Amino acid sequence: MTSIEIFGIEFKNPVITASGTFSQDYEEFFPLSKLGGICTKGLTLNEKEGNTGIRIHETTGGLLNSIGLQNPGVDNFISKELPQMENYDTVIIANVGGSTVEEYIKVIEKLNNTNIPLIELNISCPNVKEGGMAFGIKSDIAFKVVTEVKKVCKKPLVVKLSPNAENILDMAYKCCEAGADGLSLVNTFSGMAIDIENKKPVFENVIAGLSGPCIKPIALRMVYEVSKIVNIPIIGVGGIIDYKDALEYIMAGASAVQIGSGNFIKPSISLDIINGIEKFVKEENIKSIKEIIGIARR
Amino acid sequence: MKPKQYKGIVLSNINIVDNIYELKIIGKFKGNPGQFYMLRSWDLEPFLSRPLSICNIEEDALTFLYEVRGKGTNILSNLRNGDSIYLLGPLGRGFPLDNRRKVGIVAGGIGIAPMIYLCKSLNGNIDFYGGFKEKPFYMDKIEKYIDKLYISTDSGKEGYKGFITDIFNLEKYSTVYTCGPIPMMEKIKYICEKRDISLYISMEKHMACGVGACFGCSIKTTSGIKKVCKDGPVFKGEEIIFRD
Repeated sequence: MTSIEIFGIEFKNPVITASGTFSQDYEEFFPLSKLGGICTKGLTLNEKEGNTGIRIHETTGGLLNSIGLQNPGVDNFISKELPQMENYDTVIIANVGGSTVEEYIKVIEKLNNTNIPLIELNISCPNVKEGGMAFGIKSDIAFKVVTEVKKVCKKPLVVKLSPNAENILDMAYKCCEAGADGLSLVNTFSGMAIDIENKKPVFENVIAGLSGPCIKPIALRMVYEVSKIVNIPIIGVGGIIDYKDALEYIMAGASAVQIGSGNFIKPSISLDIINGIEKFVKEENIKSIKEIIGIARR
Repeated sequence: MKPKQYKGIVLSNINIVDNIYELKIIGKFKGNPGQFYMLRSWDLEPFLSRPLSICNIEEDALTFLYEVRGKGTNILSNLRNGDSIYLLGPLGRGFPLDNRRKVGIVAGGIGIAPMIYLCKSLNGNIDFYGGFKEKPFYMDKIEKYIDKLYISTDSGKEGYKGFITDIFNLEKYSTVYTCGPIPMMEKIKYICEKRDISLYISMEKHMACGVGACFGCSIKTTSGIKKVCKDGPVFKGEEIIFRD
């Protein structure tokens, strides 16, 4: 009842764990095969150590992070982490980061040779100094990036949008025009915090990415608006901590959802969300999740 | 030892001294000295759980010793007998137990928290060095497990007046364990390195997930970037870089 086919891929339920917030370490708390999908950390061409200084800072209703795409690099991921991930009966989504179009292309060429069925292109990381973020702000630049990436990408491509885009509707439209197979909305919001004792910004990069329940109403609005103007599947992400949040995104127009910061509250939160959705669907006598995608818009 | 999620019940939560509290949770728990649990006794504020190292594990209770520093620990300090609390653990890598010869333990302030369980597990042959600001605490709990106790206070009210590192005499130790303020641990590392003594340092860092997924607590070490929650919190002395 909760299974859904998007991008020609069968998801056993619409719940996916979001990039950078989840790893195989969670297998200790619940069977990862229960998940609809797992999105990997942002993969870059070479290993990245990430940012120095403070990396996380709590805010009311969420947290700011400035991890800086720490990851083992795509080759190490493919040889060391992927084989184990493939043991789980769930959809693996490779999140691709990078600071140049050339880097995106090189990473994707490597991923083309794996069994990973779906790629999520991160054009919106606020925590990497060069590039990356600019791609996610200006829709004309995003159009070019997605067009180039689509030329080499042999898997369905989901573009993860930044809420910091100058115009989220134009951004979504252009990515769609450039051939994106889907969109995930949204990445973290640019934010900051100041340490009043040191009288300095908390983060070395000054700006960090805000996530958590505090962003949910804005992210939900973006999903709602974007889903009105595009005809490709949307993955809703931003501050989901229970099944009700997840259903709101689905009713706003998302075909699936991602759980990010919520994983930090409780490692098995995604399982609670899956069970909650299943119960709701049963009680409401809904035959397929498809029936309620975007239902609030009609 | 596989970590688990638990719903625990508070046995007691006592204000030991100043802003130091002892929290006991009812039940049979597992864990090694130096490992920690993530705790939360609130819904969404603060957003993250709080990592606290295991202070002691007894037949029927798990003990934490913590200092009230912010929102989370302040909420913890209001817990009463019978209240429920969410726990996740045991997490991380603890202290390797090595007491073939004499062991020195150097702890500062709330850094004594993981050392009680370490002393208990080491089975004797321990000298304990405890550094405090004003008033030593919990030393009565530690005395029965150790040979010799050295105390220092900043004020000189009890024990030596000054830093514990001033009176740390490493002549006799094959292994040293330390936890506490960075300057103290840095000094201990410096002393141990000169003498080629095995040193284990327990690091503290703000954490989000606590299980190794988010890279929020990463630190640069001599063996690359490490996660305090998963690769630590206990590291070999030579791995820790206190300043670049």
